[in-house]
Amino acid sequence: MRNAERLCLAHFWVAFGAFLFACAIGTWQMWVRSPLGANVGTPGQYFMSVTAHGVSMAYVLTTFFIMGFGYFVAVTALDRALPGKLWAWAAYWVALLGVVLTVIPIATGQASVLFTFYPPLTASVWFYIGLVLVVVASWVWCLLMLVAMTEWKRENPGRPVPLAMFATVANAVMWLWTTVGVAVELVFQVIPAAMGLVQTIDVGLARTLFSWTLHAIVYFWLIPAYIAFYTMAPRAAGGRLYSDTMGRLTFILFLIYSLPVGMHHLLMDPEHGNATKFIQVLLTAFVAVPTLLTIFTITASFEIAGRLRGGRGIFGWIAALPWERPMVLATGLSFFMLGFGGFGGIINMGYGMNAMVHNTSWVTAHFHLIFGGSVVIMYFAIAYAIWPRLTGREYQSLAPLRLQLWLWFIGMMVMTLPWHWLGLQGQWRRVANFNYADPIIAAWGPWVIVSFAGGIILLASAVLFVANLAALHRGPALGVVRPLYALAVHPPLRVPAALNGFALWNVLVLVLMVAAYGYPIAQFLIDPSPGAIVHRVR
Amino acid sequence: MSQIHPEMHERRILGTELLWSFGVGIFVAASLSMILFTAFTISVNPPSNVERIDPKTLHLSGEFAEHNLGTTVGSDGSVTVRAIATQFMFLPRCIAVPANRRVTLRFASPDVIHGLLITGTNVNTMVVPGFVSQVHTEFTRTGDLLMPCHEYCGLGHSEMWANVQVVAQDEFKPGPDGRISCAQR
Repeated sequence: MRNAERLCLAHFWVAFGAFLFACAIGTWQMWVRSPLGANVGTPGQYFMSVTAHGVSMAYVLTTFFIMGFGYFVAVTALDRALPGKLWAWAAYWVALLGVVLTVIPIATGQASVLFTFYPPLTASVWFYIGLVLVVVASWVWCLLMLVAMTEWKRENPGRPVPLAMFATVANAVMWLWTTVGVAVELVFQVIPAAMGLVQTIDVGLARTLFSWTLHAIVYFWLIPAYIAFYTMAPRAAGGRLYSDTMGRLTFILFLIYSLPVGMHHLLMDPEHGNATKFIQVLLTAFVAVPTLLTIFTITASFEIAGRLRGGRGIFGWIAALPWERPMVLATGLSFFMLGFGGFGGIINMGYGMNAMVHNTSWVTAHFHLIFGGSVVIMYFAIAYAIWPRLTGREYQSLAPLRLQLWLWFIGMMVMTLPWHWLGLQGQWRRVANFNYADPIIAAWGPWVIVSFAGGIILLASAVLFVANLAALHRGPALGVVRPLYALAVHPPLRVPAALNGFALWNVLVLVLMVAAYGYPIAQFLIDPSPGAIVHRVR
Repeated sequence: MSQIHPEMHERRILGTELLWSFGVGIFVAASLSMILFTAFTISVNPPSNVERIDPKTLHLSGEFAEHNLGTTVGSDGSVTVRAIATQFMFLPRCIAVPANRRVTLRFASPDVIHGLLITGTNVNTMVVPGFVSQVHTEFTRTGDLLMPCHEYCGLGHSEMWANVQVVAQDEFKPGPDGRISCAQR
């Protein structure tokens, strides 16, 4: 893949650099919030840190990782050169410029609005312009993924697009839809306010537009993990993918159901009625379907591998799996965390039950476990799987890789299980320091310290991860390049057009989005709600 | 693969997948039925009254003017609490409510987004400028509870909370104007 390697590595190193930095400041935040760090740091420093943590993890790590991984898949799964490599490099530099423009106002305390913005609070306009540049660069990536798939289809008429690329393009198409909400919010509401062109903001509309993006963005982050589940883990385990069709259906369901569900983040908001909230809760329940299908298909694929390796009995195949391989280990740990996180997600979705947990530490625990746990551990596994190809080097030992994955898993459980518990006790989010003199809050202290210990384990794991990758750049030269992608038990020879492209599904997304977001957005345009005065944070 | 294992025939794979999908369908249907059941039988609904109010003028006159804030018992015996969430405090800073009696809580913000929960209860709502947030509840235990702002509203966010005093029915004695504030302790 000559040359494309440099492109991928350039993206991955920005992603993982931001990741390591964000882990370090995240751990600092946990210290400050705990009884051990009372009176350390000012609220100004704390919220600057929270903003930097969120932007680094949610926008930089994810976007750069997904772009780099997409380029890798386009070259390796389609087995052809990347189209528009110059465009890809241009997008990389635009995104990097965007990151720099965003970081400067954060570091100077002019953008402490967290990564979710909260207008009418407004930051320095450069904060938003930088983020817009990152999004624009990601749009270039989306188009390159579409071009790569279209060209491949033209050269291979009638053949099914390899599942890894099909899923990558599903993610690109979903991301184009996803970013519309936040782009409209930033361009038409927040940036004019930050520039002083308007004095008030319709906050209900801004929250509604952001919710359009807010849930689907999580699936944008998550799909690379699912690509690894379907296309890499069965091969790493020594088996085959149970069903290629189920994989295609899963990614199509993600495209359809990630989008018209964002209002479940607004269940406790006063600007929407029960009927519109309920429609989106209904659709949210369906988004559990692709995950439940995946758990079945991947478990079945692993069972094939375990039995091929001599496993017997109902559970004997589990012990027979090659757990010493990082991809297999990471998939197992990821599923374990997905179980807890998914259960929490179903509570969050529960319309009325959400009142018990909204904006408490439960929610922080939920998304750290689902994204930071199940998804990011698969980012590690993907990086470990493809780094030898990118660098042309070989690991001397897999032990440090396994240790790193275990530390991440243990750290994540130790950090998030107490958070879930504290959330149920009513511990609220986004607080620079708690008043531990209050008897209610004092009782939480020991659990806050336990979760801080989890944070330290996570930081150790993050350092080891970056060290493992860096060490490989100086490892021995790669001998044999092993195949990466799994074959299905019955590899598809032909698939219906609906399972080989996205035209039909885009129409369905449009219909569902009109049904779910048509009235909720139109109500603000027909009869604007009273505006709130813009508040600058600097 | 000249000899395919019987479990690996395409029809067999399809069969197991359909069976699993059927189970997934039942699970989704059961979750949604529970939500619908609790919404219709015991009114478990999120706070969604969609009532507009101008954040620029709400403190000048009307429902959220200073003299109307706090707990009021209406001539029909209904208990209503009105409070303003503003950077970085709630007004009033302490709210008195009776135990085991239906209470209506109403909040509005003149500046930025806030939110609140009351510890140990299911009271939870966002307070979005431009709208009145309304929650109906019944406090079942007497004692002091915390009501913190739970949404980031600026650098002073961590210092923003109020107290809720839940008092027994026989100690809940509003004045002749129907108003009651927290007992001094």
